[in-house]
Amino acid sequence: MTEVARHETTPGSLAGDRIEDTHETGHHIVPISVYVKVITALMVLLVITLGAAAVDFGKMGLPWLNIVIAMTIAIVKAVLIILYFMHVRYSSKLIWVFSGAAFFWVMLLFVMTLVDYFSRAPSLAY
Amino acid sequence: MVSTPAEGFTPTPRPAAAPGDVSVPEVVPADSEEPKNYLNVSYGVKSWLFTLDHKRIAMLYLLTVSLMFVVGGVAAGMVRLNLLQPNGFLISAATYNKAFSAHGIVMVFFFIIPAIPAILGNFFIPMMLGAKDLAFPKINLLSWYLYIIGAVMVLGALACGGVQTGWTFYAPLSSQYTNGPIVVVALGVFIAGFSSILTGLNFIVTTHKMRAPGLTWFRLPLFVWGMYATSLLQILGTPVVAITILLLAVEIIFNAGVFDASTGGDPVLFQHLFWFYSHPAVYIMILPGMAVISEVVTCFSRKPIFGYRFIAFSSMAIAILSFLVWGHHMFTTDQSPLSSIVFSVISFLVAIPSAIKVFNWTATLYKGSIRLTTPMLYSLGFIGLFTIGGLTGLYLSAIAVDIHLQDTYFVVAHFHYVMVGSTVMAYMAGLHYWWPKMVGRMYPEGWGQTAAVLLFIGFTLTFMPQFIAGYAGMPRRYHVYDPQYHVMNVLSTAGATIMALAYLLPFFYLTWSLKYGPKAGPNPWRATGLEWQTPSPPPTLNFERTPVVTIGPYAYSAENDEIEDARYDMERAQADYAAAQAKVAGDREHRAMEEGGASAVSQTIIEEAKRDL
Amino acid sequence: MTSKAPVKHSVAPPPATTHYQGEAEHGHDHDDSHVLMHHFDHMEQQRESISLGMWTFLWTEIMMFSGLFFCYALFRWKFYDAYLLGSQQLDITLGTINTFVLLASSMTMALAVHAAQVKNRKALMGYMVGTLIFGGAFLGVKAVEWTADYHEGMVPTFEFMGPRGNWNPALWRTTHHARTDRKPEEATRLAQIKPDSTVTYDFKHKKEVSVQQVKMYFMLYFCMTGLHAIHMIAGVAILLVMLLMAAGGWFTNGNDQPVELFGLYWHFVDIVWVFLFPLLYLIAGFSMFGGAH
Repeated sequence: MTEVARHETTPGSLAGDRIEDTHETGHHIVPISVYVKVITALMVLLVITLGAAAVDFGKMGLPWLNIVIAMTIAIVKAVLIILYFMHVRYSSKLIWVFSGAAFFWVMLLFVMTLVDYFSRAPSLAY
Repeated sequence: MVSTPAEGFTPTPRPAAAPGDVSVPEVVPADSEEPKNYLNVSYGVKSWLFTLDHKRIAMLYLLTVSLMFVVGGVAAGMVRLNLLQPNGFLISAATYNKAFSAHGIVMVFFFIIPAIPAILGNFFIPMMLGAKDLAFPKINLLSWYLYIIGAVMVLGALACGGVQTGWTFYAPLSSQYTNGPIVVVALGVFIAGFSSILTGLNFIVTTHKMRAPGLTWFRLPLFVWGMYATSLLQILGTPVVAITILLLAVEIIFNAGVFDASTGGDPVLFQHLFWFYSHPAVYIMILPGMAVISEVVTCFSRKPIFGYRFIAFSSMAIAILSFLVWGHHMFTTDQSPLSSIVFSVISFLVAIPSAIKVFNWTATLYKGSIRLTTPMLYSLGFIGLFTIGGLTGLYLSAIAVDIHLQDTYFVVAHFHYVMVGSTVMAYMAGLHYWWPKMVGRMYPEGWGQTAAVLLFIGFTLTFMPQFIAGYAGMPRRYHVYDPQYHVMNVLSTAGATIMALAYLLPFFYLTWSLKYGPKAGPNPWRATGLEWQTPSPPPTLNFERTPVVTIGPYAYSAENDEIEDARYDMERAQADYAAAQAKVAGDREHRAMEEGGASAVSQTIIEEAKRDL
Repeated sequence: MTSKAPVKHSVAPPPATTHYQGEAEHGHDHDDSHVLMHHFDHMEQQRESISLGMWTFLWTEIMMFSGLFFCYALFRWKFYDAYLLGSQQLDITLGTINTFVLLASSMTMALAVHAAQVKNRKALMGYMVGTLIFGGAFLGVKAVEWTADYHEGMVPTFEFMGPRGNWNPALWRTTHHARTDRKPEEATRLAQIKPDSTVTYDFKHKKEVSVQQVKMYFMLYFCMTGLHAIHMIAGVAILLVMLLMAAGGWFTNGNDQPVELFGLYWHFVDIVWVFLFPLLYLIAGFSMFGGAH
């Protein structure tokens, strides 16, 4: 393997970029203080989830609000875990793309199928 | 194309050579033993069953996928034979259902989905990338074992009763109205699905991370682009059908009611989840075919491919659009009209990238110096049949027409044009194109061309009548039919017989060529691409040194060919000259020997005479 | 494994000449898995490939769960009241404890990755044990919950166990009347409910839902938590093996990637629960301690 080869092949990603914060073995060490902050945030968010779910917004005429709040918080929690616990924040652009790509396809599944169910004639929509 | 020159270049026969005369003069040094390659590096069953070499795993796949093809073909033969008469004279309705289900399940999940990716992709993606192997050789072997486990489960279940659901397993037909080992078959498909996922995973990572120095994305052969798009579909679609199959098993075992309308469940939900995978699966089947054709057409037109980037991007466009069109399988269910319109429109859109490819292949042929070798004949067949298959697909994506044609033989003919007429043609093209590289031997060209033409004729005769019968209203999946469709079915069965012959021929002559075929040399087609820059069959690590790529693929040109032809002529003349010299020298020696021998004989006679005296 | 093959994959790979800079100096190793495998050119390529492979594997996991999530979403939209009733049968206290436990296990797993990166074997093993304890606790609580569910008649019957099995809506809790303070006459009324009839879930407004629809909720509840638990069990099993390996000096010799990859898997399983918990337990207006709200 020539020297040329090493530099030519290593980027290998869509944008051809290198990992930014790396030491020589190619990965970033996240300080423990970051983990502590993240887990604190996750616990706080869990308590907020419980609090929000204790209220039945359906009785106030806002039946969609419970699920919206719960899912928003869940997504925030998932993003925190992905970015920090799973180190995506410190990874190459390629990993950014890979960590998000599947969610795009999940969205396709949900949107395209729900278009059908939400637009069926009322008599057929149960 | 590559800065490290190809060693052991063997000249190619002139294109003008008559069919059947593609044999290459063997320029093997007399004293050398066979150089070590992936085939002769070790022997024994164990060395194959535990191999981690992507090339050997590809050959294992070739063997098993071919076996499954035979199984599926026999089932298809039963179906076609039964339809020879309108009254279902041969087998009972239940057996008929089991036969077409077996045909569909085996052909879709165990032949056509793994065929090109797991055989040709496995073999050639690392070689085209200049890599020593796929990124995860052990996972690659695991995927073959998963395939075997799935195949054994399905074949076992088919032998012990079989299923009558068709390959789609629609609930509630599968969950409530038919008996049979549906759960076992479904789990077999589930396991085979993971085999497909792992193959795709390997390809994605390998394409991203293991390209040779200088091999940028737009220097990749279009085969790799096509396989990358296929892999995306395999990885993102298959898990959804996996969970659908699990839900179906839960539905059958626990009577869950998720797909049962009588308890508030939704049978259309099954179809949504099933087709979320299975429509992209149609592209898992056709994209690799397109990928092969892109290689073969440009090689045998002796021209760079027309519109490289358009073909590359159209593969990616198909990969994404194919996830947005599954609802066109459900126009006649209670899918909402709005949803049907959306799916219909997007289905029309998929025609655009597919047409881009067809136009580009045609433009590549234009003014090319076309060589009608076996792979090229298959490829030309592909282009024609795929065009028909694709255009009839547009009929079916138009809602109004589809409501007339749903579940008729028109649909059967349409998807067989795409799957058999296109993908199997492309698979045969690819197999013949790369066969010299895979085994190091040429197949008999004349027989190859015969098989290719026979397949085209047989295919057209089989499925063109089905378009007509279907348009006239003949429903699919029926054991008996109205006598007015009799003629069409007789034609179709006759065509199927010719197809069977066309498939049997390669089985024989390719097997024959393993031992008796003339040696192919590293590059019998004088093709570009890294896989041709290494001996045939390739050594275990593919390349002696990692190649460095400096230019894009498909550097075919008439000028180059002229130079190569001249070089071929020169080498041939040199060989002739050497042979003539050797002959003259040999003759002279022989004559001397004879003379010497004669004198020796006379000497003996004289001596004997003296002794007698 | 080919017996005569010049290169083998799992056995000691080619010599250190192909090592990436800085890799060869890590001294005595207990394993060879962080040595360059023969088909890669250098360590960085190998490391990035493996990492990318793990993310691609997670795609399949995401898509697999998404099918179940979609079924959940569809029937929640159709049978909201049944879902509400179903969710109120679950033990939210245990669910909350489990969520805390699982988030904590994610934290210890992240710290284990950190310990492996800084080559601290004792810390690595400690955090792994912590993750194992939390993961085991989660599964234990889940087992307790499922047992309770079984006794409270929430597990839809196996068809081969007969028409009823233990599926018994009469045992369910309702919104305004937890089982403990249910009036005798209502308990009698509930006990007469047939498995395929309707059940009142809101006595004040006299709302009824079909038992079949609630069954749909429970089917999905058991499928989703079951698939999640299968992933947890697999994770715990792998982690046990990795703990033994860590005790033998693996992962702190510069080859921390297996720990990192396992961390990705573990965090993914955690994320699934982050969504499952509010969706299954907290549909709306729950009451933490079982009484009237």
